[in-house]
Amino acid sequence: MSLLREADSGTPIRPSHEKVTLTIDGASVTVPKGTSVMAAASMAGNQIPKLCATDMLEAFGSCRLCLVEIEGRRGTPASCTTPAEDGMVVHTQTQRIRDLRKGVMELYISDHPLDCLTCSANGDCELQDMAGAVGLRDVRYGYDGAKHRTEALDASNPYFSFDSSKCIVCSRCVRACEEVQGTFALTIDNRGLLSKVATGTDDFLTSECVSCGACVQACPTATLNEKSVIELGTPTRATVTTCAYCGVGCSFRAETQGDTVVRMVPYKGGKANEGHSCVKGRFAWGYTNHADRITRPMIRKSIDDPWTEVSWDEAFAHAASEFRRIQAKYGRDAVGGITSSRCTNEETFLVQKLIRAGFGNNNVDTCARVCHSPTGYGLKTTFGTSAGTQDFKSVAAADVVMIIGANPTDAHPVFASRLKKRLREGAKLIVVDPRSIDLVKTPHVQAAHHLGLLPGTNVAMINALAHVIVTEGLVDEAFVRERCEPQDFEIWARFVADEKNSPEAMEQFTGVSAAEVRAAARLYAAGGNSAIYYGLGVTEHSQGSTMVMGMANLAMATGNLGRDGVGVNPLRGQNNVQGACDMGSFPHEFSGYRHVSDDATREMFESLWGVELQNEPGLRIPNMLDEAVEGSFKGIYVQGEDIAQSDPNTRHVVAGLRAMECVIVQDLFLNETAKYAHVFFPGSSFLEKDGTFTNAERRISMVRKVLEPANGLADWEITIRFAEALGYRMDYSHPSQIMDEIARLTPTFAGVSYEKIEAQGSVQWPCNDSAPDGTPIMHVDRFVRGKGKFMVTEYVPTEERTGPRFPLLLTTGRILTQYNVGAQTARTSNTIWHDEDLLEIHPFDAESRGIREGDLVALTSRSGEISLHATITERVQPGVVYTTFHHARTGANVVTTDYSDWATNCPEYKVTAVQVQRTNRLSDWQQEELDSAERLRRVSDGLIDAAE
Amino acid sequence: MSADKLVRMANQIADFFRSQPEDSAVAGAADHMKSFWNPVMRRQIYAHLDAGGTGLDTLALDAVKLMRTGDPVAAKTKT
Ligand code: SF4
Ligand code: SF4
Ligand code: SF4
Ligand code: FES
Repeated sequence: MSLLREADSGTPIRPSHEKVTLTIDGASVTVPKGTSVMAAASMAGNQIPKLCATDMLEAFGSCRLCLVEIEGRRGTPASCTTPAEDGMVVHTQTQRIRDLRKGVMELYISDHPLDCLTCSANGDCELQDMAGAVGLRDVRYGYDGAKHRTEALDASNPYFSFDSSKCIVCSRCVRACEEVQGTFALTIDNRGLLSKVATGTDDFLTSECVSCGACVQACPTATLNEKSVIELGTPTRATVTTCAYCGVGCSFRAETQGDTVVRMVPYKGGKANEGHSCVKGRFAWGYTNHADRITRPMIRKSIDDPWTEVSWDEAFAHAASEFRRIQAKYGRDAVGGITSSRCTNEETFLVQKLIRAGFGNNNVDTCARVCHSPTGYGLKTTFGTSAGTQDFKSVAAADVVMIIGANPTDAHPVFASRLKKRLREGAKLIVVDPRSIDLVKTPHVQAAHHLGLLPGTNVAMINALAHVIVTEGLVDEAFVRERCEPQDFEIWARFVADEKNSPEAMEQFTGVSAAEVRAAARLYAAGGNSAIYYGLGVTEHSQGSTMVMGMANLAMATGNLGRDGVGVNPLRGQNNVQGACDMGSFPHEFSGYRHVSDDATREMFESLWGVELQNEPGLRIPNMLDEAVEGSFKGIYVQGEDIAQSDPNTRHVVAGLRAMECVIVQDLFLNETAKYAHVFFPGSSFLEKDGTFTNAERRISMVRKVLEPANGLADWEITIRFAEALGYRMDYSHPSQIMDEIARLTPTFAGVSYEKIEAQGSVQWPCNDSAPDGTPIMHVDRFVRGKGKFMVTEYVPTEERTGPRFPLLLTTGRILTQYNVGAQTARTSNTIWHDEDLLEIHPFDAESRGIREGDLVALTSRSGEISLHATITERVQPGVVYTTFHHARTGANVVTTDYSDWATNCPEYKVTAVQVQRTNRLSDWQQEELDSAERLRRVSDGLIDAAE
Repeated sequence: MSADKLVRMANQIADFFRSQPEDSAVAGAADHMKSFWNPVMRRQIYAHLDAGGTGLDTLALDAVKLMRTGDPVAAKTKT
């Protein structure tokens, strides 16, 4: 797909039931009511000249280039700010208008450097285009209006520069930052001829700017321009694909020159992001051709040996013979594998197929184990399926939004921008989080309630909220009667109504005042459309699954399901974690969440795959590691996941890996897990393959090959070749055939095909005969399980308690510019914003320990100890400390424990009892890692550098 | 997997089902373990049960016993 410049209707076109018909330059056009004359003309294929308008922004009416004449009206109104009306007769090209437009352009050009030939936006500049469109031939005022030209270039941002000399002060950047991104980092300083764009600080880097790129995209000139374009020139080809970072799943145009990516620009046609992006997807793609990337397969006998580069054939033959040897010696179940939430649906499906059919066991798991497995369990139990209920767009219809254990401005930034827009329009916000996340107070947004509970008390909080709803008569009885199991509701209502669940009784656990909880509950129940969005602050607890059910109970009790603006929505972490779960990556489930013991389902797979399959759940990741330590699990195939860094209790993970005889890692880089590997299959990046990702809205979007794989094979091809070496044939020549197989075997995907995704742009599952175009909003008339099921959610405090040795609670999270274990972002210029993990500590706790800003501190739990620098902040409450886990050298998971969710064993990352004290050295673990890192990464004829 | 870990997991599961309606508490916990625990874990917990079941709380104990009836894996451990 190649579309170099996306169409721009100048002002947004919004759907409306009412239509108006007008005539523009003699042609009749019918448009939704509320559409501007400019957009109406554009719909009829008639582009009215414009400079200050772009359809990502509301009309502004400042440049006066878009003037038109309307019969029966005086003057020459701006077409961008004039709504189309029934019967209007518009002329866009009269002599009077032509003269006016030329005059406007003359003014602009008289103050613009005329270095078009050497300008980075040459050929991609709207000012240049408009000079052409209005027929500008000379400028009566001369060319030396030099008001802007002396301004210095601001190149402080690593990805784009700001050259004020080229600015036409159209305000598009300022408005993009406000309307699209919601950060309000830019203003126009001064007035009239002296006006200029300002950040309010010295430069972009020191400003509030979060580097989302919206202003760069909005800028019609070269004033704000990507540095990669300045360096390489304008791109010549665009391919629409999907971001490989977070679960928002933004659509991008990968713009290239030959085999070089010049820039990634958010695609307006992408329904998840509608033309917006964040710093990661927009700019942090440089890791794909980073020098650390491994492109040749490698093997070694022992992890103490250096790696030897081999051909693909040798690598596959060696890996297969090792797995066969292990299975012959230790049994069929002695091997297993991990699918990747970073890879495509098709690749994930193949890995689990290889394990179930090729290895002959169900020892397959995925990183969702450590993030959203409780979502799967909780939502399946209550609603009948394991997925969020809404599309992202739905938040625009919410009146009350409750964010629980999530930090969207950092972890799901493009969704956060949609949310902030709705909040600026007046929707109310409730934040349930131990930390004071940005959304609690950010420009033009202030949470109505911040329930700053203690880590580990979510269930106490949800029960207290439910208590208020039930005892104050706020239940939506009609909804409950019609849509839910009556007996389960009765039991639940009696349970939450019990005094022990009242906000007053729960205050001792949550630390949040009962009055605040009562007020928040009333707002959620009676504020109109109420929507819950949540993250890992819900799931990564010993009661993660209970909490998911608790939120589902709350939404059912208040009737907040099955329509726009409501719902229960997991903000899923990785680009394809939804997909990895859907594709049957869990040891107990086939694709579409069907248990392996279900005979009818299993037989369907057996007959298509031509092998007998096990009917018992296989090992989960923690079980595999336990069994490895105990000596019965000997080989693992890890596709695109770094369990040695991302999984809890690193020492235990490493012990498990060290105990195995063949660890195969498939990745872009020699990650932490690869230090303990015997076979390395170099992976392909998202730019180098075809496939699909499924985002948090269940939206299946195309990933399109932009470049040839640097390693020679796409990840799906690697799995096929490995399977063949093991003697299990997989006949696919393109990922679309894998999707066809998924559709045949998975009822919720029955209607999905590449043709449909291409035709519709994306498809939200379930997509089958009863929903041929997919399902934006779930559970509309009935729940997937039939009637909604209320579950009793007793609060059980975690066993992880503070005490004299470990008096503080550690909770972990992410920040905007880095992504998970940092394998990608730590290899980009994003490190300018965050080059190490810091420990956030409250001034009170810091003072009592003599800790000052920037001190190196030892963070100790019963699992282990690490050292990192402290930052003192009131974002965390007294008694709570916080850190991120983005940098391998920090080893944050050395301190997390192996406590986990009761239902799914999702680790309890969010609660660890710790002590913090000043130190002057790295911890023993960190020192050992530093010492051994080089040795474990050696390649026979040199050294592969680690990222950090 | 160590017996301690299995016992903790079984007790955690029991903790959840304890508050469910009485008739479904034991069955619910048993069913949960049956659905999610692999045969190795089940065999190990049966062995632990035979060794006295130390640490398992009453509901967890009843659930493990219930799960064992009709579990083909159980046949491989002594009763
Ligand atoms: S920087 Fe670009 S978008 Fe902003 S005012 Fe100047 S020309 Fe317009
Ligand atoms: S990059 Fe984004 S946050 Fe920064 S100034 Fe531009 S629009 Fe605002
Ligand atoms: S919000 Fe997520 S999907 Fe979108 S650009 Fe950022 S990282 Fe990529
Ligand atoms: S485009 Fe209408 S006034 Fe600028």
